[in-house]
Amino acid sequence: MRRSIGSGRFAPYLFVLPFIVSFLAFYLYPLVSTVIMSFQEIIPGQTHFIGLLNYRRLLNPVMYTAIWNSFRYTVLTIAVLIPIPILFAVLLNSPGNPLSTVFRGALFIPTLVSVVVAGTIIRLLFAGSQLAIVNSLLLPLGIKAKDWLVGNSAQAMLLLVGMATWRWTGVNIIYFLSGLQNIPRELYEAASIDGASAWYRLFRVTLPLLKPTIIFVTTISVFGGFAMFEESYILWSGNSGGGSPNNVGLTMVGYIYMKGFQGGAMGLGSAIGLILLLIVLAVSILQLNLFGFFKRDE
Amino acid sequence: MRRFLVLILLITSVVGFNAFAAPTKLTLWTFQPLHLDFYNAAVKVWNAQNPGKAIDLDGQAFPYADMHNKLLVAVQSGVGAPDLADIEISKFPNFLKGDIGLVPLNDVIDPYRDKFVQARLAIYAKDGKNYGLCFHVGATVMYYNMDIMKAAGVNVDKIDTWDDYVKAGQQVVAKTGKPMTTLETTDQWSFWPLIAQQKSDYFSPNGAVWLDNATNIKTLQFMQDMIYKSKIAVAAPGGFHHSEQYWGAMNAGGFGSIWMPMWYMGRFTDYMPDLAGKILIRPLPRWTKGGYRSAGMGGTGTAVMKQSQNIDLAKKFLFFAKGSKQGNIMIWQILGFDPIRWDVWGDPAMSAPNKFTEYFQNDNVFKMLLAVKDEIYPVTLTEKTSDLTDMVRNTIMVQVLQDRSKTPTQALKEAADQLRQ
Repeated sequence: MRRSIGSGRFAPYLFVLPFIVSFLAFYLYPLVSTVIMSFQEIIPGQTHFIGLLNYRRLLNPVMYTAIWNSFRYTVLTIAVLIPIPILFAVLLNSPGNPLSTVFRGALFIPTLVSVVVAGTIIRLLFAGSQLAIVNSLLLPLGIKAKDWLVGNSAQAMLLLVGMATWRWTGVNIIYFLSGLQNIPRELYEAASIDGASAWYRLFRVTLPLLKPTIIFVTTISVFGGFAMFEESYILWSGNSGGGSPNNVGLTMVGYIYMKGFQGGAMGLGSAIGLILLLIVLAVSILQLNLFGFFKRDE
Repeated sequence: MRRFLVLILLITSVVGFNAFAAPTKLTLWTFQPLHLDFYNAAVKVWNAQNPGKAIDLDGQAFPYADMHNKLLVAVQSGVGAPDLADIEISKFPNFLKGDIGLVPLNDVIDPYRDKFVQARLAIYAKDGKNYGLCFHVGATVMYYNMDIMKAAGVNVDKIDTWDDYVKAGQQVVAKTGKPMTTLETTDQWSFWPLIAQQKSDYFSPNGAVWLDNATNIKTLQFMQDMIYKSKIAVAAPGGFHHSEQYWGAMNAGGFGSIWMPMWYMGRFTDYMPDLAGKILIRPLPRWTKGGYRSAGMGGTGTAVMKQSQNIDLAKKFLFFAKGSKQGNIMIWQILGFDPIRWDVWGDPAMSAPNKFTEYFQNDNVFKMLLAVKDEIYPVTLTEKTSDLTDMVRNTIMVQVLQDRSKTPTQALKEAADQLRQ
């Protein structure tokens, strides 16, 4: 008995079984079922196929707004959340900085704050009343009180990206720090001996060797950006329907939630989900291609 | 060993006895913790009156969206639903699709059918079957802050039409510098009652899209004019009349009046304590001579779920709580709602002092309500209602009332065209 379990024939399958089972149950089955549901009208007891109707229903301005918002949010968060954390990481990593540990901790703390708490606080900070903190700070500067959350979509995006920056800078710093610590010191010494300036070292030594980390962080940021939902849901959750005025905060996942769960149209929700999947897939492949990820190392 | 057996016998008999006398457990989901106070009080009375059919009510309050999502998934998947559930009116059509997961209540309603405000039964019915019992009529009324009205020299009893209201509003603005009222830009309770008052609606009684009809365009234009032309109104702080910001500003005496359904009385008592003794409730102004002075808005249809193991008991209890005379009186006493059985409105219990009679200036709210009881048109809910509500909340009101990026005609036409697709 013991021998048969230990034998090379049986054991490998046993060990990968948990993964296979969870993959089949929690990834493959939902995926297949989402594809099927996206062609169906889901009604209790009377579910039936309706061809491409769900997809045709998505050709509407609200869907375009959702795609545009998700896309903008992803691009902007990447534009902010790659360079700034790299800069911080390089500063924190430079030797002879006594407060490095303190800063590391301080920058990481926002990550530990729940989105719900952070979102609620930001909502109150940026409320429309003259008494709200941000407005009351701007008032002495001669800036009129305004309703930050009801205004135009650029303003809304600013808040969302600002919130993401505050929350995720710390995590990205950790990624980049670990990347930096893998760069051998000798390379910097050699560069210094050759007379390279600090900037030159940053661009010619640090960044190229940090490339794998940058690719990794960009990839997870693409996923994270397109999957964003909680931030906008909480920021505008003062609104009775969970939506935002003029849909300024509507993301694709928010649209899935709105149609699939709030509206009870699971088929339509599945169709939005699949479109989201295709977009993320396309953007990721494009992005990895640009970085030369698929090229063989020379 | 023998002692052990005796012990076992003792335990089983105690457990068995308990099981025999134990009340039947019923689960109930709601999205409003205040409703639970009412149900718990109703269960107490029910258990006292029906000792043989005692109920152990397990009531749970979830956040609004969560509860409806959970319930919808439970109905769609066929497992996990409670015995009873509160379903908010704009979500109700979602539960009337396909094989309906709710139990028809006709047999308990029929003996008393004529005692109900008919419009409030119709909104939860499909093909002649009633699936939900409402808490209230939701008659929309005007709440005047009498301090401000007095300061401006406005006699609210002289306000009969909306034109009168606008004129009075201009007087208020001129004399006190305060806006006469606020309009919701991210919710529908400013717009919907005004169109319902004129026998218009979002949908026609047979479900066609009415959103962009002439009455609705005219009404939305009227609302826009209140802000930008006659300047008697401002957008509600926080976007709607349930935001902390609005409550704070109104409580501080910031606005002269507000029109909201009767169920808003509880918001005054709970969130605007400083206005106690200052608010007078009056019917809405009319649009035309002889026009209607109210509109029934909002609602919660409580339903018995088909998945329940105790359908019969759940039905009887539900009717006791929300359909009986006693239950309807408790709805007023505990929740401050205008109950759906008009035959209780004249009951002495309805004019007995409670926190609502203390707070508002009116001697008897229900006397006023009886006067407008027949001035309420039913509203039509369809499967597209929740989509439409999203549009009203997220785009139409903001675009017309706040950033004025669209005219009423454009905004309503665009939304209506989307719904007709």
